[in-house]
Amino acid sequence: MTRVHDMGGRYGDGKINPDLGKEDVFKAKWHARALAVTLASGSLKKWNLDMSRHARECLPPKEYATFSYYEKWISALANLLVEKGVINSDKFLNSVINDHPLSKRKLKAADVSEVLGKGAPTSRKIERAPRFIVGQNVKTKRAENSFISGGHTRLPRYAEKSEGIIEIWHGAHVFPDTHAHNLGEQPEHLYTVSFLSSELWQNPENPGDTVCVDIWESYLEPFDD
Amino acid sequence: MPHDIENHSHSLLPSEPELKVKAIESALVNQGLIDPAALDEIIDTYQNKIGPKNGASIIAKAWIDQDFKDELMSNTMAVLEKYGFYGRQGEHIRVVENTPEVHNIVVCTLCSCYPWPLLGIPPTWYKSDEYRSRVVREPRKCLSEFGVKLPENTNIRVWDSTAEIRYLVLPMLPDAFKGFSEQELVGIVSRDAMIGTGLIGPAK
Repeated sequence: MTRVHDMGGRYGDGKINPDLGKEDVFKAKWHARALAVTLASGSLKKWNLDMSRHARECLPPKEYATFSYYEKWISALANLLVEKGVINSDKFLNSVINDHPLSKRKLKAADVSEVLGKGAPTSRKIERAPRFIVGQNVKTKRAENSFISGGHTRLPRYAEKSEGIIEIWHGAHVFPDTHAHNLGEQPEHLYTVSFLSSELWQNPENPGDTVCVDIWESYLEPFDD
Repeated sequence: MPHDIENHSHSLLPSEPELKVKAIESALVNQGLIDPAALDEIIDTYQNKIGPKNGASIIAKAWIDQDFKDELMSNTMAVLEKYGFYGRQGEHIRVVENTPEVHNIVVCTLCSCYPWPLLGIPPTWYKSDEYRSRVVREPRKCLSEFGVKLPENTNIRVWDSTAEIRYLVLPMLPDAFKGFSEQELVGIVSRDAMIGTGLIGPAK
């Protein structure tokens, strides 16, 4: 089974509320603060992007469903700060000024533009040749982390056990299923796979429509018509 | 080994999100782990410096300059780096082109992945359950909620950003705008057109 964040194809959600480009970048001051505190905490290097995604996904379904977007971010951040030993949970309410061993990693204002501008590329060079070629038929496996039960994975459930075609080969990228759990980068070849809507849905709007999903090699097996 | 997090430390904090973020910020500042001036700098970057204008400038240039467009489609990252549109959440970008046959739409069903250096921070609807859950299954119905109707014989291709590849849609330029200057064209490229939930409007 997957988690609450994996909602592609789910029924029951209402109409979208488009803003037509008119919404403020940050609708409230605390939204901006939440984003900035989260990004700045990343510089402490106690977790990676996959770990922070997994922390949001691990919020209990009742919280995930009712929390606003940045509320999920800061709640997951608080959990991470404690889980990774950065802050003792009692320090949140009773924080004292002291010399934290991680304080030398603190993001300085002067370095913000360089850090944001540099990004964190996930492409890696690996020896192993890609197993699949563009145009090949493939089938996805079950959408579950194969190392850790309930662990992070990036195959959406709506695209599991489905037949598709390799559209693009992206070279090798860091593998989220291990990277989120301190099991290393273990880079794998990454592909864009296209699925016909009629393969994914019982009653597609238009059988000629497709959904393209970026899929790591070990999520796939060959499939011959 | 099941991976269920026993630690829900955030529940020790005030439940009001504004107070919750304040409590985290204070704790981190007090222990010398974050600098409030760095937070201001991050906010200023995404509030004022990075936004859909970046993407629009690339799209407008691609419309009027075929060589630029060819280079953009085949060597995307080199072109974007040259224009300074590189960085966090934009390390691996692909441009997907709309044609009369295929209309492209971008989503992230698992979280909220979005090409920050080209479009800035995503709007609320892009991060909403409604968009994330429905656009892969009923893209036409979703488009109608944006006031967009496609010809019947146009197929839709939805790109679910499940890895670190970020997608930008190159919209079609209607004939009415042919002959416009690059600067004029920048002004007609909407953010939604670059996500695929909008089309380029008719010339006035």
